[in-house]
Formats: sequence, structure tokens, C-alpha cells
Amino acid sequence: MRRDMDDQIVLEYEISPDDFTRAGEASSDVKSKLKQLGVSPEAVRKVAIAMYEGEINMVIHAKGGKITVTITPEAITMILADQGPGIPDIDLAMQAGYSTAPDAVRALGFGAGMGLPNMKKYSDDMKIETELGVGTTITMVVNV
Amino acid sequence: MTVQELADKGIFSLASEGGEMDRQIQAVFCCDLLSIAMGRAPAGCAWVTVMANMNTLAVASLADAACVVMAEGAKLDEAALNKAKLQGICVMETEEPVFEAALKIHDYMKNSSAVRQDI
Repeated sequence: MRRDMDDQIVLEYEISPDDFTRAGEASSDVKSKLKQLGVSPEAVRKVAIAMYEGEINMVIHAKGGKITVTITPEAITMILADQGPGIPDIDLAMQAGYSTAPDAVRALGFGAGMGLPNMKKYSDDMKIETELGVGTTITMVVNV
Repeated sequence: MTVQELADKGIFSLASEGGEMDRQIQAVFCCDLLSIAMGRAPAGCAWVTVMANMNTLAVASLADAACVVMAEGAKLDEAALNKAKLQGICVMETEEPVFEAALKIHDYMKNSSAVRQDI
């Protein structure tokens, strides 16, 4: 955790690929830090859910990646960047119930096609930048 | 009804004590698909599920459930149970099916709020 010149707090996490037992550790860490900072429980819950869904997506689809969380008094911004396969059709991926998760992942209880819809639902603003074969960067903002 | 009061009923066995046993249970929630539970489980719920793995705990913690009830004899493995204890997530276990387990919690909640209104 570091504070930069604008007095914002920046947290950075490397997400390991294919490690479902560790998936969620970054989100849990952010959750506990936001709680310590006195952020409202509702905002903490929104960040925790939106970020966890993103974290799981990176583990399932993108061989991990990097998450940067910036905390200011006004908002919490999460940038999830991966070098995965990219999303061919964002509108389709955003549809509740649509999933390309493999069976092994479904057996763990994921792959219901709710990841991106949940991320959109629980963030106040979400932007997806994706390029096939290059990667995906998702920026989510939760207002405090 | 608090998590502690539910545990004290003795109908479920307590596998892991939570950090906040005095927390009020606000609702009962049943779902095994973690992606659905993540988006829909209300904060402060007693979450009844048969999905017993490490990710269940992550979802319970991040969605801010008050406790998890593993139904149908579902059990966390040792590593997951250790994680639950470490993170202070309250986990209870029962051989009962999901519906019956949830119904019992619901009935207890109704009774305990009825008692409170009488006071």
C-alpha cells in the first residue's frame, strides 16, 4: 500500500493463473483495507463483489493478470488488466447466463454467466477495453 | 436472531466459529452457483448451500454473509476449514436438505422477531 503525491492510496496485486484456491485473496485484502479506512459497508461490499468477479474471470479466462486499486475520498477505482485471449463479442459476454467457462470451472460453482453482469451491477461505472489475442483491461469505479 | 443464537439451537453442528457471532441474521439465502450467490446473496444472510469448497468461503466473506450452512452432509475439506477458522467465517453443517435447513432458520427468525415485538 502506498500513498502517492495526490494523497490517494494505490494497491497492486498480481493474480496467479489457474489457482482457484487463492482466487479472491486480492479482493479480500482490498475489502479489509477499505473497512480499516472507514469506507461505508455498502461501498465495501460493492467493491468486494465487483473485484472478486473480475479476479475470478482473470483466473478462468486470462491466465491471471494485474489489478490496481486506487482509493480516494470520492471513489474507488479498480483496473483489471490481463494478457488473455480478449473478448470477441462484448454485448454477448455481458448477457446474463452467457458463459464460455470450461466444465471443470462449472464444477466449482462458477460459469453461470453472471461475472460481467455482476461487475456492471455493483460498480457505478465500468469500461471494457479488449483486443483479441492481446488482452482485456476493465476499469470499474465505485463511488464512496 | 444472532449467529450465536442459531448455533445454540443445536440443530446444526458448528464447524467453524465466526468472528462476529453476535451478528443479526437478516435473511436466509439458498444457492449453489457461486456466481449467482455472489450477486444475489444479501448482506447478513445465513447462506445455505451444498457447494463446499474454498471459493464458497471467498464468496461468503466478500458478499458479507453472516454465516454459511453446509446442507446435505456437505463438508469443507481440511484446508478450507482451516481457512474459514483463520478468516473468522462461521460455518455450520447439517445432514438436512437445503430446503429443510433453510426453513428451520426462517422459522427461528420469525419466532425470535415475534418475541422481540412482544417486549
